[in-house]
Amino acid sequence: MSEQSPKERRIILKYADDPAYSNRIDCYLRVGGYQNLKKAFAMKPEEVGEEVLKSGVRGRGGAGFPAGMKWKFLDRKSGKPIYLICNADESEPGTFKDRQIMYKDPHQLIEGMMISAYAIGASQAFIYIRAEFHEGARILNRAISEAKDKGFCGNNILGSDFSCDLVVHRGAGAYICGEETGLIESLEGKRPNPRIKPPYFPAVLGLYQCPTIVNNVETLCNVRHIIEMGGDEFAKIGKPNNTGTRIWCVSGQVMKPGYYEFECGALTLGQMIFDVCGGLRPGRSLKAVIPGGSSAKVLRADERFSGTLKDGTAFDWGLGDIPLDFDGPMSAGSMSGSGGIIVMDDTVDIVQAMANINAFYAHESCGQCTPCREGSLWMRKITQRMCSGGARKEDADLLLSVAKQIEGRTICAFGEAAAWPTQSFVTKFKDDFINKASETAENRDPKSLQLI
Amino acid sequence: MISPTTEEMVTITLNGKEVEVPTGINAVEAAALHGQEVPHYCYHPKLSVAGNCRMCLVEMGTPMRDRSTGEAIFEEDGSPKIGWVPKPVIGCATNVSPGMHLRTESDLVSECREGIMEFLLVNHPLDCPICDQAGECRLQEFATDYGRGYSRYIERKNVKPKRTRLGPRVTLDDERCILCSRCIRFSQEVAKDDVLGFVDRGSFSTLTCFPGKELANNYSLNTVDICPVGALTSTDFRFKMRVWFLKETKSICTESSAGCNTIVSSREGVIQRITPRRNDLVNDTWMTDSGRDLYKSVRSESRILRPSVNGNDLPLKDVVSSAVDCLRGEKIGFVVSCHSSLEEQMLAKRLVSLTNAQTFICGHFGDDDGILLSADRSPNLRGALVTGLIDQYPNDNLADLNDAISKGNIETVFVFDEDLILSGVSKENLQKVSMVYLGTHSNNSSRLADVVLPGLSVFEKNGSFVNRSFIAQAFEMSVPGPAGIKSQVEVLTDIISKLSEEEGISSDLDEVWDIFNSHNQSVLAGTKFSNLKKVSVPIDGSSWSHLNFVEKTALNYHPIESEPK
Ligand SMILES: Cc1cc2nc3c(=O)[nH]c(=O)nc-3n(C[C@H](O)[C@H](O)[C@H](O)COP(=O)(O)O)c2cc1C
Ligand code: SF4
Ligand code: SF4
Ligand code: SF4
Ligand code: FES
Repeated sequence: MSEQSPKERRIILKYADDPAYSNRIDCYLRVGGYQNLKKAFAMKPEEVGEEVLKSGVRGRGGAGFPAGMKWKFLDRKSGKPIYLICNADESEPGTFKDRQIMYKDPHQLIEGMMISAYAIGASQAFIYIRAEFHEGARILNRAISEAKDKGFCGNNILGSDFSCDLVVHRGAGAYICGEETGLIESLEGKRPNPRIKPPYFPAVLGLYQCPTIVNNVETLCNVRHIIEMGGDEFAKIGKPNNTGTRIWCVSGQVMKPGYYEFECGALTLGQMIFDVCGGLRPGRSLKAVIPGGSSAKVLRADERFSGTLKDGTAFDWGLGDIPLDFDGPMSAGSMSGSGGIIVMDDTVDIVQAMANINAFYAHESCGQCTPCREGSLWMRKITQRMCSGGARKEDADLLLSVAKQIEGRTICAFGEAAAWPTQSFVTKFKDDFINKASETAENRDPKSLQLI
Repeated sequence: MISPTTEEMVTITLNGKEVEVPTGINAVEAAALHGQEVPHYCYHPKLSVAGNCRMCLVEMGTPMRDRSTGEAIFEEDGSPKIGWVPKPVIGCATNVSPGMHLRTESDLVSECREGIMEFLLVNHPLDCPICDQAGECRLQEFATDYGRGYSRYIERKNVKPKRTRLGPRVTLDDERCILCSRCIRFSQEVAKDDVLGFVDRGSFSTLTCFPGKELANNYSLNTVDICPVGALTSTDFRFKMRVWFLKETKSICTESSAGCNTIVSSREGVIQRITPRRNDLVNDTWMTDSGRDLYKSVRSESRILRPSVNGNDLPLKDVVSSAVDCLRGEKIGFVVSCHSSLEEQMLAKRLVSLTNAQTFICGHFGDDDGILLSADRSPNLRGALVTGLIDQYPNDNLADLNDAISKGNIETVFVFDEDLILSGVSKENLQKVSMVYLGTHSNNSSRLADVVLPGLSVFEKNGSFVNRSFIAQAFEMSVPGPAGIKSQVEVLTDIISKLSEEEGISSDLDEVWDIFNSHNQSVLAGTKFSNLKKVSVPIDGSSWSHLNFVEKTALNYHPIESEPK
């Protein structure tokens, strides 16, 4: 449990840490639960979709694609059933927000999903939950049966002729199960090999080759609040093109790591680290920050970022000035991704950090396509060797070249997720990588961490 | 290879040049039609597109349209403005569309290919000197054509199982596997026997059979053919021969009426293996495992190697004379064969009419696997129909011949290949008649023959067959026959010459066709052997659509539509 910061604006996590609140339906009903389902059911499905479009809400799973727009891409002419899938595979290193929602306020997600199912016309919905969340699956299943008993889910919802079943499916224990087409394959009972796009865009050829919408947990929860406020009102939260709140998950070497929900753009990265999270440990200085989960490009503490924003205004930021929304980290050449902010201070051996990240991607690549499969392992082997006293001066350039041979050439975005860390770490901390060459197994800093 | 010709065409721009290609094909095929190779591993024209090897990356652009009005956008010079996709796209999953631009030759494309080749090789073993695939290996070829030519890899290579027995005929070397999934897709989609899959992830992914399963279906060796590297090997052919020593000949499989097109590979007169040859109207690119074994009968113990009369080996000339003497009598029966080539059947037809003989024929039937092993286990039953040798569908026995002999209506039989005893002719009846046997192998009834004429197997002669879809196809000689043995066509021509006292009848196959076509009105008019050698020819089988053919719906075969529309 994170200590709530006074400046937070909690919408999704409003009750999450309220000691008087539980994840049972009575509690949810007491705070106005399922009222918005009723409200949505009084509207036409297209009208619900229209509100979501107007709200401008962007996906919280990583890519930040506007949810209302995604729903518009659904192939409704095919006559095939439409499916709704909640992506609850949360496995991006540094991200731990969906878990809070599901464990502490599952009905909020169910309500959001049933409204969404109604809007897109899905009569079957799934929550694909990360394998390791045993307890989460249990909580969700209990919540679903509570909701079914009360007619908020399942057959003839709220006495209407709209029915939508909701099934919790436990994941297959791999990061790639979170990539939406890999998730779909896994849900179909196969290896989570992501599909080629084109032709397999989920909105056209998704689950069982039927039109399918995949949205993140936080995205779907937002739908409930969009109906409550109305799309226009929701769009006033945050900034244009960056609407609503975001839950930021801060980890690494700060005094108070945790999850914090803020209006988009309400604070800067510096305020987050130094005010909200209580700053660094005594005597330490900031070295680097990854702003959006391990796949996002790293930002160096002393970097300057300048350019023009989409609205034409010029910016010139230091690391601490980057606004925390979708566009801020993007303008700084990285991304807000899944909201996982990883803070590294001056005690971090940057090559070791890199080696750790590479080990993750080499382990999690599904192995389907050549560049990612071979490139991710090669990068792991190089950085591991570099940290074991075998570094060479030319390794930095080799790493960059290998990463370049992956980026943009793979089946799914895992390729970029694996290449971007290397590209940013090596480019921005080139000296650290080159200097490794003078380190041998014998003269390594004994304080440096052992690789896992 | 025959491909359908009735496609609509679209114009695309390939490396700056406008070209026409059929609609709906992908960029790999489109480029190939215009002489540009797009290297690829996982793509196979007869399997679903997996898009995993990434070797076929190309640059692609389409004419731009205004977002709001949908109108085409033009450059200043009036040409359509092309929106290039910022990333390279895979050619195998990119279908051509009107106005599409493709670059298969550019710095980016070369760089992509270099990168993929490097990645494929970093964990690949250095097995070429002992690898069966060497010489026909895509990895070797593309490494030479598109690779960087040097290695930047100093880490340890992955270690994987080197000799996994996947089934009775296929052995897997996992270190050589490039994880293209062709074999998996083949098993699922063509053989309909889903037994292969990958375990583990990333670079440690390993091909294996599902627990408790094996790759044992009758199509398992096709996985060896389509494996672009030396990962899947034929247990039979493993370590036997370097492929560059092999001579390749086009042939047709005689296992059933499916008529799979094949390549027979031999070295110094000895057949080493049979592999399928692509024909989109017949077998696509596949064949059965059982069909690949048929060459082994060439060197069988029961092979007839000498002409003989009453058990005495004699010069061929004399044996032919004895055969002719037999045929000068009355009450002659010809047991013709669905295994004979069209040309042999044409000559048999001629002999039947010269001798006023009756014809008998025995069909050979089995289970239909719905793919490429049809219920008619002979290559040329339809040949006997189209040459007019028979007009009824054969039974699976020769009871009618047995009856005719019993009644004294047949006194001499001329037999092509068949084992009469096995087909229901009694031994005592056989002893009543004089018998001429022309065939490759001896059997219980041939041993009772008065005159025995050896013949050549399908691998040792030229000829043609008509398959279940009434497609006429040629096979060619790949190895010489046993010393002194003449082809059946030559023997039959000799007999006809002698019987008809006509000099100089040619045994050239084209002339056999010409003479046949001049004597007979048939659906074979207008073509001849040398045409079939170039391309297989569908012939009109509609006159026989009333017959109850035994074949079931199968790959490239629909019973109701067996006659061309
Ligand atoms: C390698 C990889 C892993 C991903 N993992 C997750 C995940 O764990 N949870 C998630 O919501 N989205 C994940 N995504 C993003 C999904 O593919 C998809 O874009 C998202 O679920 C869409 O939901 P949204 O539009 O609501 O963000 C991942 C993407 C990639 C490429
Ligand atoms: S990019 Fe990586 S994870 Fe994605 S399909 Fe290819 S191998 Fe699998
Ligand atoms: S598969 Fe090809 S490259 Fe690999 S060892 Fe065999 S011949 Fe050499
Ligand atoms: S064994 Fe051959 S065909 Fe099968 S996946 Fe490996 S390389 Fe491809
Ligand atoms: S041929 Fe393998 S990706 Fe196209």
